[in-house]
Amino acid sequence: MTWRVNVRILPRAGLLDPQGQAVEHALAALRFPEARNVHVGRAIALEVTAPSAADAEAVVRRMCDKLLANPVIEDYEIEVESEGAA
Amino acid sequence: MIRVGVVRFPGSNCEPEACRAVERAGGSAFYLWHRDTGLAGADAVILPGGFSYGDYLRCGAIARFTPILEPIRRHAAEGGPVLGICNGFQILCEAGLLPGALVRNERLKYLSRPVDVRVERADTPFTSAYHAGEVIRLPIGHGDGRYVATEDDLDVLEAGEQVVLRYSDQGIPDAPANPNGAMRDIAGICNRAGNVVGIMPHPERLAETVVGSDAGHRVFASLMAGIHAS
Repeated sequence: MTWRVNVRILPRAGLLDPQGQAVEHALAALRFPEARNVHVGRAIALEVTAPSAADAEAVVRRMCDKLLANPVIEDYEIEVESEGAA
Repeated sequence: MIRVGVVRFPGSNCEPEACRAVERAGGSAFYLWHRDTGLAGADAVILPGGFSYGDYLRCGAIARFTPILEPIRRHAAEGGPVLGICNGFQILCEAGLLPGALVRNERLKYLSRPVDVRVERADTPFTSAYHAGEVIRLPIGHGDGRYVATEDDLDVLEAGEQVVLRYSDQGIPDAPANPNGAMRDIAGICNRAGNVVGIMPHPERLAETVVGSDAGHRVFASLMAGIHAS
């Protein structure tokens, strides 16, 4: 089966995120004082062939650990969205 | 004659300067291609600067999986000298040959300017011709040069005296000593054994007086002296 998977990668909590800060300042300048703790990361969308959603998540976790994210500087979340076209 | 392989990735830069600097120091230099599976008899390897694979995903993240990295890993494990300059440093971190990572500069700007760095270790294959504590002025050119690591890794680096270069101000006008927000002012580190070195400044760009200074020349002279001695 084919699964649509979204990977969300963000700077590790506690690590200085100057991009997030710059965006937060820009939002404040645009009079969005409501915005707090802005972080800029990366989203990766892919389709994965796997027998189950759990297997799809497991293989994408291996992809993240090997290539998609750098554990020194980034955290990631995996969402197996839905069953895609077979 | 000491043979130095300079690795070319798609997007490398200053690799001719690295070759020229090696030759001026008395060695012979040749290019290695990122798809090569051996080092063609190189005594030492230089990973040059640039933007390998367009810096896609993260700087050095794709280059890390190219075939040339396997023989470089073996060479490094056997104690062979490896120098990563700028993007080469990023690749060595991504490959796990050096700890930590290099991320976006603190003030987000791409920086192309001179920096002062203090030589903390004058006993690596690439710094032995300097004196410990000497401050040299070298150029940087990077957008992702802020060295980060966990506090534990930083403490291990300091305890093992693995910091090779540290940003240090001798008085460059209108410029902070630490240009990019690097943790503990780190501009270059080495592995525990000291044979794998990664630095953000570009010594090959300033290795002969005709370009204004030869402050970087001794990086390459160190290599020649060290391999002769061993």
